[in-house]
Amino acid sequence: MGTAEIKFIIKQLGEKKAPLLQVLLAIQDATPGKYLSEEAVNEIARILEVSRCRVYSTASFYSEISLKPRGLHLIRVCTNSPCENAGKEEIHNAIEQELGITIGQTTPDGIFTLESVNCLGACFMSPAIKVDDTLYGNLTPESVVSVLNSFRKEQSYGCI
Amino acid sequence: MGVYNQNLVFNIIEEYVDLTAYRLRGGYVALKNALEQQPEHSIKELKASGLRGRGGAAFPTASKIEMVRKNEETDRYIICNADEGEPGTFKDRFIMTHVPFQVIEGITIAAYLAGAEHGYIYVRHEYPEVQEILRESIKKAEDAGLLGENILGSGFRLKLEIFSGAGSYLCGEETALLSSIEGRKGRPRVKPPYPTQSGLWNKPTLINNVETLANIPKIIEKGAEWYRSIGTVDSTGTKLISLSGDVVNRGLIEVPFGITFVDDTRSILPNVHNRVKFFLHESCGKCTPCREGLRQANVILNKLLSGAAVEGDMALLERYTRAIQEASFCGLGQAAGNSLKSSLEYFHEEYLAACKQESHGEEETA
Repeated sequence: MGTAEIKFIIKQLGEKKAPLLQVLLAIQDATPGKYLSEEAVNEIARILEVSRCRVYSTASFYSEISLKPRGLHLIRVCTNSPCENAGKEEIHNAIEQELGITIGQTTPDGIFTLESVNCLGACFMSPAIKVDDTLYGNLTPESVVSVLNSFRKEQSYGCI
Repeated sequence: MGVYNQNLVFNIIEEYVDLTAYRLRGGYVALKNALEQQPEHSIKELKASGLRGRGGAAFPTASKIEMVRKNEETDRYIICNADEGEPGTFKDRFIMTHVPFQVIEGITIAAYLAGAEHGYIYVRHEYPEVQEILRESIKKAEDAGLLGENILGSGFRLKLEIFSGAGSYLCGEETALLSSIEGRKGRPRVKPPYPTQSGLWNKPTLINNVETLANIPKIIEKGAEWYRSIGTVDSTGTKLISLSGDVVNRGLIEVPFGITFVDDTRSILPNVHNRVKFFLHESCGKCTPCREGLRQANVILNKLLSGAAVEGDMALLERYTRAIQEASFCGLGQAAGNSLKSSLEYFHEEYLAACKQESHGEEETA
């Protein structure tokens, strides 16, 4: 993500008056790896005329913002009681086993990052996970693996 | 699939009620009526309805609106709190995806009554599809002259925007939410001053929950008397309840206030542990009782669940629970102790059993 792109995004959001949190989310979204790099943080601070400390302080507080690169697809496993009671542990184990990574890690091929999330508000279909912006519910250890595979396939088609 | 019930406020039966369908069932009649009268008239009606905030504090909505209205500062804000994140809750999600125009109409009326011309719907980042529906709905309302400049030719205007949260449960606390919009960490502020006096950018700000605001159009349309006929004397209207877990029909139901549910839980310790871990993750770290109390409670619960706890740990857990409940800075911290307190009270035996395994187990086999 170059300076020009960052400038453009901030301009769209209201120049110097652009709300910091919305700037951080928009730039993270537009960055390959869906994260905020050190350079981006510095640039945001410079354009908005706030300290880098302020930008880091805000960026590091929120769970949805990452300061390290993520994989192509972000898997979020809901960890709260309704999902836990509905078999979240089995789902979680199946994902970890299938991908060979644990919470906070990215697969070596860079396709998946696994994160936990607090209540997705999808308790009517628990256990639930989210991949990127899509919810998947009423999962079993088998069906969650096919969800992952559908993203893998999409990836291999993309390469052809 | 349900049937439209005249004595409910939401009637969430279809997937998505678009603007045309919403207007066919009486939508935006309330806004038109409200704009034709002085704000005081509708505030009086709201007061008579007995509507209280659905976000948890149950503060009378009309009084809150009045406080903002009476402030000398005329640059005022309205915020719809859609940072739903309480585990097991999805009612606001359903309201926003199914009847978005009811929410937007409610915000518009409340803004007119409070005299606010700028508003935000603070939606959590985990609900991108909700943000999308709301953005489209705002656009449609603007195109129809129901939002934006000169609403329905009345001269009143409201600029309404979506503000995305970024994964912090605490931002549902109204002062933390304000800090979040201002670009800071979502940490709570000292009250008073209340947001009605000094809110967003220190301006008077009306903050209400999604469900509360979405009640307003129905009250203005059908009248306070109709509304008071639903529910109980002290709690008027209906309540949306998210049903999940070990129940036959999982989903959302709308019931008049006064209906009792029996919550039959499973083994309590893993559930309490889950709640404690949740609050520990969401604690903003500002005050010690919440930050450290929850950390210690987590340590003890880990011991209880692994069979390493002794009876003395329970007394310790009770002390930490009191500290968390009584000394935390904000409502989140105080609420964090609730499941600990009630479980220690009502499931005392289960805690004791978890302790005994370690302390007496050896003697029994000997």
